[in-house]
Amino acid sequence: MIVRHPAMEAGSSRRYVPNLWDVFAFALILTALILIYKGGHETFAPLAVLARHPVSLDPANLPEYALRTTLRMLAAMVISLLFTFLYGSLAAKNRRAEQILIPLLDILQSVPILGFISFTVVGFMALFPGRVVGAELAAVFAIFTSQAWNMTFSFYQSLKTVPEDLLEVSRSFGLSSWQRFWRLEVPFSMPGLVWNMMMSMSGGWFFVVASEAISVGNTTITLPGIGSYVALAIAHRDLHAIGWAVVTMLAVILVYDQLLFRPLVDWSRKFRVELTGTDSGNHSWLLVLIRRSRLLPAGFAPIGELFSGLVRRRVPTVPIPSASARLEQAGLWAGRAWQAAAAVVAAIMIWHIIAFVATGASWSEFSKVLALGLLTLLRVVVLTILATLVWVPVGVWVGLRPKAAERVQPLAQFLAAFPANLVFPFAVVVIVRFHLTPDVWLSPLMVLGTQWYILFNVIAGASAFPGDLKEAAANFHVGGWNWWRKVILPGILPYYVTGAITASGGSWNASIVAEVASWGDTTLRAHGLGAYIAEATTAGDFPRVVLGIVVMTALVTLLNRAVWHPLYHFAHRQLRLG
Amino acid sequence: MMNETPLQPAVAPAPLVNLEGVRQIYHKSDKADLVVLDDVSMKVDAGEIVGLLGRSGSGKSTLLRIISGLLLPTDGTVRWCGERVSGPCKGLSMVFQSFALFPWLTVLANVEIGLEALGVPKEEGRRRALEAIDLIGLDGFESAYPKELSGGMRQRVGFARALVVHPRLMLMDEPFSALDVLTAETLRTDIVQLWISGKLPIQSILMVTHNIEEAVLMCDRLLVFSANPGRVATEIRVDLPRPRNRLSPQFRELVDDIYGLMTQTVPDERPGRRLGEILTASGIGMPLVSVSTNRLAGMVETLTAEPYQGRADLPDLAERLQMEADELFPAMETLQLLRFATMEQGDVHLTDVGRRFADSDVDARKRLFGQQLLAHVPLAALIGRVLEERPSHRAPFVRFSAELEDTMSEERAEETMRAIISWGRYGELFGYDEQTREFNLENP
Repeated sequence: MIVRHPAMEAGSSRRYVPNLWDVFAFALILTALILIYKGGHETFAPLAVLARHPVSLDPANLPEYALRTTLRMLAAMVISLLFTFLYGSLAAKNRRAEQILIPLLDILQSVPILGFISFTVVGFMALFPGRVVGAELAAVFAIFTSQAWNMTFSFYQSLKTVPEDLLEVSRSFGLSSWQRFWRLEVPFSMPGLVWNMMMSMSGGWFFVVASEAISVGNTTITLPGIGSYVALAIAHRDLHAIGWAVVTMLAVILVYDQLLFRPLVDWSRKFRVELTGTDSGNHSWLLVLIRRSRLLPAGFAPIGELFSGLVRRRVPTVPIPSASARLEQAGLWAGRAWQAAAAVVAAIMIWHIIAFVATGASWSEFSKVLALGLLTLLRVVVLTILATLVWVPVGVWVGLRPKAAERVQPLAQFLAAFPANLVFPFAVVVIVRFHLTPDVWLSPLMVLGTQWYILFNVIAGASAFPGDLKEAAANFHVGGWNWWRKVILPGILPYYVTGAITASGGSWNASIVAEVASWGDTTLRAHGLGAYIAEATTAGDFPRVVLGIVVMTALVTLLNRAVWHPLYHFAHRQLRLG
Repeated sequence: MMNETPLQPAVAPAPLVNLEGVRQIYHKSDKADLVVLDDVSMKVDAGEIVGLLGRSGSGKSTLLRIISGLLLPTDGTVRWCGERVSGPCKGLSMVFQSFALFPWLTVLANVEIGLEALGVPKEEGRRRALEAIDLIGLDGFESAYPKELSGGMRQRVGFARALVVHPRLMLMDEPFSALDVLTAETLRTDIVQLWISGKLPIQSILMVTHNIEEAVLMCDRLLVFSANPGRVATEIRVDLPRPRNRLSPQFRELVDDIYGLMTQTVPDERPGRRLGEILTASGIGMPLVSVSTNRLAGMVETLTAEPYQGRADLPDLAERLQMEADELFPAMETLQLLRFATMEQGDVHLTDVGRRFADSDVDARKRLFGQQLLAHVPLAALIGRVLEERPSHRAPFVRFSAELEDTMSEERAEETMRAIISWGRYGELFGYDEQTREFNLENP
């Protein structure tokens, strides 16, 4: 069971204090966003096409909507994979590129995805004015931004840890870099990559649903899909329609789980480098079916031939220049020049960002946003702690019983994939009915979808706990609080931390859709940064959106560096078993 | 066509590999350069098996990689078939200690990988691969994955992969050291058998090993390596006819000589330098190997008991304890360092202190060990002194390891520190806290 959190592994040797490269990366992203917006603001036309076939609430349309939603997801996955291969390879093989690319990636994954949407919608719509393609691309891009980062981190990390002797084999037999990429580097990265792809897709359903009905200022898009169906149902106060949508989504996730997730993870086991013959259970029925059938392999054989033919061909690729030892020394001054140039560019970009933000916001605004940010931070922390207190005991109980684990683990993964924003309306109805304070009662929604990551990681940790340690503890009658503190909790800490990092990161993203929830024409608003960004987005107030994003990204990065990084490294260094 | 002994032609053909004055130096930013290989010159001709014999860390694996073109030397020339080497050479293939098979490819696919890189057409490649698999005795396992195979079979795949590209020179990096004794022996004899019968499609073999008997069993010529820095100390010809008998008197005599050679002081411009020994520097900068105190105690007990009674022949001891040179020498040298034993001409003698150690109970042993450690290992004395002097009686790990890194590589320094920590704890000289990475004088 994979326990590593790709972002933590990749950044393991970096200092905890943000350095020049982080600042540079930060500035780069924000400037790019502002440029996209500025470019799009010029040309801007309403979409007549979508108005002709509006989304309807008829449940019979749901299968078609589900299909379109899934297609968007898959398109985003393909783009993510391509991005992963290119970005990861470049970062792993070129030192200079690595210095900027990895901090960039770190910051990118801290930026709230729904914060991205506001900019990219305008940008893409401007690129393809008046056509559906623009809106589709915006949605696909939003999903891409939710998927690509952890895949890239995982791939980068795998490339950096390819076993030395396999590298030597490739070089001594004269494999070209193209051949080496497909024969060594990609297969080696497969287990981590596939797992992260599946995690990405699981997390992606949430953003698909959120990004299909976007309203940014004057631009409103409702692409045919489950997300917009639900948005429409909310506007019409149609609880039944939402129920249907939930059922359809359950079916979609089930299909995705059985036909894509499990077979792929099972297949990727073949690439594991641990050379033991043990065969852990949980085989996907689909994979077994494919392997045993006669027709399917025969059908896929031509594709396999084509692929191996491509690999054999000595494609003259442009080799990514890697810094050799001699160049390293001579390049000391070049390195300093590079850093100086980056500092200058960063300074210019930051000036532009501040100027842009200042057009719509003032200093008092900044302190107000900061306060809201701290409020949301408080929510995230409290909710993570609550989820921990509830699910860790449950997870341990389940994980120590193999039969139960076998049944509950897939269920927890399934729940983690299910987009929680589909059930927000139910919560809103309850809050409105009973006149509860939104500030308190909207908060649990933030962790609703992400708490399952804690659960299934803890289950994995408890299942992987060595049997002989359990027996030793029982033999010496270690019980009660002692058992928790000295036996089981240290053992599952690495797994827990991986799950908690994902859960807390997801909560930040969820805050943007959870702190402002509407039902018909009733809008519930909680005080927080998520609400601020959501409202600024709907109002089309871009300077405020940038301000909100900056503060949220800074808070997330700070939390990561101050809490999660040290905890992760402590867990993996001190508490490794064996 | 391979012969057992090379012919003497009228004009000597160019050697396959020719090294002259090869040096390998690692630059460290603010410390002295680490010299891994110093002025190594050697050659490999066609039709012979050459062995590079030396301890771990003597740089032989580095040398192998330089010969194969995977690494470029800091200084000196390397010629492959007369041409200067500037990158991985064609006509060379390597067998690895860790087998280095791709876990996601079947045996057949693994063997074919070199052919694929050469651009050999698929049909011919498959035919050659199947031939090689058959030759090496793995027929029937073509569709198996490495995780289904035992260590010996995996190494056979490694051999098949190396042979299928018909290299002129096959390089072997301690190919049998990851295998158990029986499997290694079977594989060795199989390879020798194939070599004698001329079935191996190669001209020469260059083998790196730390197993003295293996080297004498297989090689025509032995280059004995000394460590720190690595250089060729002696060259020995082995003219015994194949297949060689381990028990024949000439074999045993040769093995004995080599044991003696590797533990003897050599008249050299540097007095006190031992051949093949790593305890070369004096003072703090003495690299140590982390031999467990259990093992040391066990060896002393073995030497005291029958049939040795304080005096043992090293090859005999190695065989009895089933230890290879790489495990035996560090332990013996540690015993010598602590004055529990001395080594002379391939024999080891227990000293009086050693006998006292064997006869004592646990507590007395620890005390004696601590005394000897303090008296004869300068690093232990230094740590003790520093801990006494400081008012807090604590000293960080890095304070000592930084000093060590002035004269040795980081890995050596790390190993030396681990050794001193383990021995210091046993001798109850000081304590060590792993969490804070600090030495202290507490006795918990």
